[in-house]
Amino acid sequence: MKFDTVIMGGGLAGLVAGISLQQAGKSTAIVSMGQNSLHFFSGSFESMTEPPQRVADLFKDAGIGLHYRPGVRLMPLGTFKESAMSLEDIELFPSEKFARRVLIVNFQGYHDFFSSFIAEGLEKKGMQCRIRFINIPDIDPTHQAPGEMRSVQIARTMDRIWEKVVQEIRLLLKDEDAVILPQVFGLQDISVPGRIRQSLPAKVVFVGTMPPSVPGVRTQMLLKKRYQLLGGTYLMGDEAIKAHVHEGVVHSVVTRNLDSHYLEASNFILATGGLFSKGLVSNPFQLYEPVFGLDVEFAQDRNTWYNPAFKEDQPYMGYGVKADEKLHGLVEGKPLQNLYAIGSILGATHPELGSGAGLAINSALVAVDQILSEK
Amino acid sequence: MKLQEYTISKDNFEECMKCTVCTAYCPVLQVNPLYPGPKQAGPDGERLRLKDPYFFNYALKYCMNCKRCEVACPSGVKVADLIQGARIRYDHSAPKLRDQILASTDFMGTLARPFAPIVNGVTGLGITKTVLDATLKIDHRRTFPKYSGRSFESWLKKRSVEKAQAAFQEQVAYYHGCYVNYNYPQLGKDLVKVLNALGVGVQLLEKEKCCGIAMITNGMSAKAAKNAAHNVEVLGKAMDKGLKVVTTSSTCTLTIRDEYPNLLGVDNSAIRDSLMMATRFIYEKLEKGATLKFKADYHLKVAYHTPCHMEKLGWGVFSERLLSMIPGVEFTMLDSACCGIAGTYGFKKENYNQSQAIGTALFDQIKMVNPDVVACDCETCKWQIEMSTGYKVMNPISILAEALE
Repeated sequence: MKFDTVIMGGGLAGLVAGISLQQAGKSTAIVSMGQNSLHFFSGSFESMTEPPQRVADLFKDAGIGLHYRPGVRLMPLGTFKESAMSLEDIELFPSEKFARRVLIVNFQGYHDFFSSFIAEGLEKKGMQCRIRFINIPDIDPTHQAPGEMRSVQIARTMDRIWEKVVQEIRLLLKDEDAVILPQVFGLQDISVPGRIRQSLPAKVVFVGTMPPSVPGVRTQMLLKKRYQLLGGTYLMGDEAIKAHVHEGVVHSVVTRNLDSHYLEASNFILATGGLFSKGLVSNPFQLYEPVFGLDVEFAQDRNTWYNPAFKEDQPYMGYGVKADEKLHGLVEGKPLQNLYAIGSILGATHPELGSGAGLAINSALVAVDQILSEK
Repeated sequence: MKLQEYTISKDNFEECMKCTVCTAYCPVLQVNPLYPGPKQAGPDGERLRLKDPYFFNYALKYCMNCKRCEVACPSGVKVADLIQGARIRYDHSAPKLRDQILASTDFMGTLARPFAPIVNGVTGLGITKTVLDATLKIDHRRTFPKYSGRSFESWLKKRSVEKAQAAFQEQVAYYHGCYVNYNYPQLGKDLVKVLNALGVGVQLLEKEKCCGIAMITNGMSAKAAKNAAHNVEVLGKAMDKGLKVVTTSSTCTLTIRDEYPNLLGVDNSAIRDSLMMATRFIYEKLEKGATLKFKADYHLKVAYHTPCHMEKLGWGVFSERLLSMIPGVEFTMLDSACCGIAGTYGFKKENYNQSQAIGTALFDQIKMVNPDVVACDCETCKWQIEMSTGYKVMNPISILAEALE
């Protein structure tokens, strides 16, 4: 099967590249091995340092609202982090002390939201907190399967019954000027978080839960839908396992499901992610990139890959494939001319592109612009 | 490096990093609180079951084996195989009479076929449905598949047909499955028409048997393994003759390619690659330069539904592309979602409501798109969608055949 560009990896980087190329009239395929890191998305695009209209437009066309307001956001364990560009769900504050009194609301039986940690963090910043649990029978299967009361399950119900929750909160609210809720709203109906904000007489702050991330799953669904609407071919659950390369040019890739039916293209984008997504694979001796065998930057001494202090920066998270300034992946120091490595597979090898979601988007656009400038 | 090769299980269960992504895509978990969900039923439960079979949970029977957890898993864990494998290993209860009947698709087909008009009439009656519901717990709201008076095999064996097929220089064998043989021979005839138009003759395998999927999911895996061994042998014989084998059912295909080795322990490595969906076979022919002549005035609004097992195979793209290339076809890709029937699952009284609830999103989308027909490569999805939406469902092969000049 022939395409203009074959993209390996269907996460944020792959989808942004795919959508941009389809919009420009190119034919593309995305090969996606399982779901991706968008399912762990905080909702903020770390390291997007300026408000790129192009990105906002791309998301807007997919039905996803972004806002840009440099400030801080509240993290799931009660700490704060600097952010700028975020999904509309995410509240960004000019400073950490965003309220005087805060009501933290959780659901009975839901263990993936850490109300006490949040309260502790806020109290350190001088905010008074009260934690209340509300009992919603519609979402309480605890007597049957306690382990599976997950964000996405709750969110499915919440799309229908969020008004009930709002009523309960109205009864609970005393003199608080802010309410904190777990991020379990607006999975299918993206308007729900906004409508909750409008119906409560206090500032509403949605805070991340344990995965899957509801705003992340929604973002994935909407971007994928947009990509397919533009005519893109999304090969879900498939995986590139091998590539045919001749004299520095990639001709085709082999996938697990399509085996002898190769995917041919003029350009290839490698957006298979880092260690988590198996874009990079480790064994006791080395770190390698399994499809093209690209050069990988990592420390030779495996004992230095990680820091035993769990919360410190972990060196392995910075490891990635080597790529030239145009993001062509390198094999034995030489670039593959029509292969672009984008997203977290780059690790921190191109710090100018940022990290996380910012890296995914920035590097995707660098690759797209080069592909589109070709004659 | 060698060490890791030896320490990885065949189902990759130790690769599970507890990310819970699978739970977001399990259709059963959304409607049935009794089901522990793919993560608990699969890799989490396996860890306990390996310690002590006591931890086997009978609620695993609610798994529909749709494989959506496996498609979603970012770590390559064969979640559904872990669940079905555990059912095979630990659930030794004898299958109920009803489950045996539902699972024996070829046996029932052989019995019913000679009396097709009577059987079809009787199973369509309210009284029969009430009786079946009360005695066997087969839900009375289900529409039963109709039986055909003449089997596909007997049609293809007709002297005139057989002779015409043999006249083609290029030949393929067709694994038609129970549905085409007993219920809907027209699909087989449509395939013959399309392949003939490409200059390819169609022949039968040397007595195929049911792929066995319904037996696997209904606690009759020993019998399924017998069918599997038989089918691997006859597919091997076709291969020896230099024949490729085409299919029109995504579930039969997935079963023979993946369930045989993964669940039944039947080695299919010799024949696995010789078997492919006819849509893929046809697409590859066209890509290599073959042409089909279509009607000039054909018009059809088609919405394509990717069956769960097609999603797992990863071959829906061939159906999608074939349909889109037919002049006059207005193509819509439906969101990938389970229709809820899962073979025999939805026929069972205890599953009926959940089965319909699972399909709701898909049914609603179909009604919104309002196509002339829904296209899909699975027979049980067809029953479910036709019964639940009233829209006609056609296999992509039948649409191709209809559009041919």
